[in-house]
Amino acid sequence: MLRDISLHIHDLSENSITAGATLIRISLSAADGILTLVIADNGKGMSPELLAKVEDPFTTSRTERKVGMGIPFFKLACEQTGGSFRIKSEPGKGTELTGRLVIDNIDRIPLGDAGETVSMLILESPETRFVLELTARGESFTLDTDEVREQLDGAPINDFEILQWIKEYVNEGVLNIFGGVLDEIT
Amino acid sequence: MKSLEELRALKAKVKNDMTLREGGEDTRVVVGMATCGIAAGARPVMNAFLEEVSKRNIKNVQVTMTGCMGLCRLEPIVEVIDKDGNKVTYVKMNAEKALRVVAEHLVNGQVVNEYTIGAVAQ
Repeated sequence: MLRDISLHIHDLSENSITAGATLIRISLSAADGILTLVIADNGKGMSPELLAKVEDPFTTSRTERKVGMGIPFFKLACEQTGGSFRIKSEPGKGTELTGRLVIDNIDRIPLGDAGETVSMLILESPETRFVLELTARGESFTLDTDEVREQLDGAPINDFEILQWIKEYVNEGVLNIFGGVLDEIT
Repeated sequence: MKSLEELRALKAKVKNDMTLREGGEDTRVVVGMATCGIAAGARPVMNAFLEEVSKRNIKNVQVTMTGCMGLCRLEPIVEVIDKDGNKVTYVKMNAEKALRVVAEHLVNGQVVNEYTIGAVAQ
């Protein structure tokens, strides 16, 4: 199992990178006691056949072995709170997955280090455009790597110091948006 | 509050570092980062390598990640590949072990035998 939501975001976004996505949108919003995570990409998408069995742990795209736990784990993390999981995909268009977690349920895993997730994803795939959006109580925070790149004016976004800065920037956003909304964010 | 404008200040420094680095990156450190790696704690290992390489100002090392290496029970797995393609595979890594690999292997060229796959996976 992955012990927090940020690790799931990292793991699930890897699938988007592998699918050749140039844009990955990650949105986390809290409303009415529900935390909703949406990861949407413009990668190659999945055929209806693959989509039908992707929640099965014995389905994977990797070639080293025959099990893939990423999506089943996340589905479980949602459903064990009384929430839900849903995935939509269209070949050539992309994939969108939505997880809903009941915030006050004792089985809800914590948010974890979202800043580190974003910085690791950029490190792995610096060419990809990542857009992170956090929303709660009518306020929102956005990190768009295209905007970061604009400021950097040719300096590499995957440089260690830039990544450190992005990590801190995102975690400040997490604190502002989810402080007082998610118990663990203080 | 941080603002994106702060990046403009960092930019100059980073560009300057880039020119210093133009000797090429000889050695690659590759951390396995699939579901199995992440679950086993690959991120703290990755962070330890990144921070230590940066702190020690090591210029010829590139830290990257890869997917599943097919040995999930031995994760976190780290491969160190030198400029000639010679590969050392470290298994069951953690942040502390990563610091030792940086000091002994990356800086001094001595493989940390006790962490290698040959020593750990009997």
